[in-house]
Amino acid sequence: MTNTAFNERFDIAKNLLSPEGVPAIEVHDLVKTYPNQVRALDGLSFSVEAGTIFALLGPNGAGKSTTVKILNTLSRPDSGSAKVAGIDVLREPDRVRRAIGCVAQKSGVDTEATGRENLTLQARIYGLRGRAMKDRVSELLERFGLTKAADLVARTYSGGMQRKLDIAMGLVHQPRVLFLDEPTTGLDPEARSDLWEEVSRLAHGDGITVLLTTHYLEEADKLAKRLAIVDRGRLAAEGTPEGLKGELFGDAIHIDLVEAADDARIRAALERLDGIRDVATEGCTIRARADQGATAVPAMLAALEIEGVKAVSVRVARPSLDDVYLRHTGRSFTEAERANETKQGGSR
Amino acid sequence: MSVFSHSLFMMQRHMRALIRQPFYIAFTLVQPIIWLVLYGQLFQKVVELPGFHASSYIDFVTPGVVVMTALFAGGWNGMGVIRDLDGGVMDRFLVSPVHRSAIIAGRLTSMALVTVIQSLILIALGFALGARFAGGFAGIVVLIVTGMLLAFPFGALSNALALTVRKEESVIASSNFLLLPLTFLSPVFMAENLMPAWMRAVSRFNPVNWSVEAARAALSTHADWTIVLTRIAYLAAFSIASGWVATRAFRAYQRSV
Repeated sequence: MTNTAFNERFDIAKNLLSPEGVPAIEVHDLVKTYPNQVRALDGLSFSVEAGTIFALLGPNGAGKSTTVKILNTLSRPDSGSAKVAGIDVLREPDRVRRAIGCVAQKSGVDTEATGRENLTLQARIYGLRGRAMKDRVSELLERFGLTKAADLVARTYSGGMQRKLDIAMGLVHQPRVLFLDEPTTGLDPEARSDLWEEVSRLAHGDGITVLLTTHYLEEADKLAKRLAIVDRGRLAAEGTPEGLKGELFGDAIHIDLVEAADDARIRAALERLDGIRDVATEGCTIRARADQGATAVPAMLAALEIEGVKAVSVRVARPSLDDVYLRHTGRSFTEAERANETKQGGSR
Repeated sequence: MSVFSHSLFMMQRHMRALIRQPFYIAFTLVQPIIWLVLYGQLFQKVVELPGFHASSYIDFVTPGVVVMTALFAGGWNGMGVIRDLDGGVMDRFLVSPVHRSAIIAGRLTSMALVTVIQSLILIALGFALGARFAGGFAGIVVLIVTGMLLAFPFGALSNALALTVRKEESVIASSNFLLLPLTFLSPVFMAENLMPAWMRAVSRFNPVNWSVEAARAALSTHADWTIVLTRIAYLAAFSIASGWVATRAFRAYQRSV
């Protein structure tokens, strides 16, 4: 290892620690089985660097929400331990509750109260009083663009507005750690990208540690500094989005053929080429991986030409998180999502 | 201290929701008004039965209907918990530093306030229908207090039930299953010494009975304060036990989420 590389690693290790010298979230070997025998968590461990956005990515039913519920003290694990902001969630849940903000999947807005009343109640619960409380409430209404609607009953809000109010309520006491459980589910694309901007501002502007759960690959890719892929209550992979995709080494290449060709012959022809790996055929489609997609394509087409195999179209793609998911769990993301939906009929 | 202020904030929330829909209070009064008017008319002659010590049936039934209304207000209180559970509001409170008992207490105190308003309306209506309260002001205060002391424990139990079963249908079913039988197994509509022996035996352990007995004792010409105070003591003990059950229900709920 070169000196600079060592220093880089060292810096990363240093940054993993918050000023007090502990990660913002530490999860160790959590196990949780529900009364109906569904094993939601099966030995999950991960840790989150302070002041960053960390995504738990997985299909519905993978155990993401259960993890959040244990970390925010709503639920208790069967075994394992966890610390949030350096505080043990099992030993001192009351202290944890003061340090965290939560935005649940289900929302938590009292729809019979106005936006301002919702925020005011939340602020009072956390001990804010008088002028300071009123200022904080107005500041949050302003920040989330809810000032105009502040005195309307929340029942009249759009989905995006309710979500923003939810997040504002989670921030009212300036928590160190914010949990966002599936924050954009059910929002239209515009409201979603709006919210993404807001969320990234939280970590970058406010220095809050955000634990985000999502089943949108794009969301994790876009927002998270690091992410963990959760599958069947376990950690399937963990890293930066780029790092995880980089592990797949190079680009994905799909070649569609005029007619199905002999698998062995094609593999032999293509794997001889420099920098081409993982060749597989599936009917009229060839999949392969190349270090450099753009330079590999002409060579591949030439090799196929020699074998007398005709191509219709070629696609080169940077590996996506979907590819990462496939590699670590052995099934595609959409497949897993469908399987879990039919199994449980709901999310955990 | 913070339990108290948290309860107050929670109560404010419920009161505000109620004030936004004042028809709710009127709506919940439809049934007791029907009881008061129709039963008051229908059973006028019942007082002539030997052993029925009351000057008129409307005198007799008005405190009964007030107590019954309080019982129903308590028994249905868990429906609000279901709404909070479904809306995610309950979970938001549970991950905040709010006291668990304040969540219940806020709900029950706002319900108690509503019960007072409803009691006053019913007492006025009873008066308009000819009821006279020999026990005077003190008697009326006891009537309202015993109503609240009945609404409170049943409200707490209803909240506990809602947290445990978490389904609207189950709360509706069990409230229907319990509340009317409890009413008829008490001297709300019929003098106790004219009830069949077995009913009288059961009714001795029925909190609705304690409440009605205390109220009638305080409203009679010669108020029997021993009855009033012992029954209030029973109701208070029952309230404390129910309140404890309700806070325990949160633990059961949190184990299952």
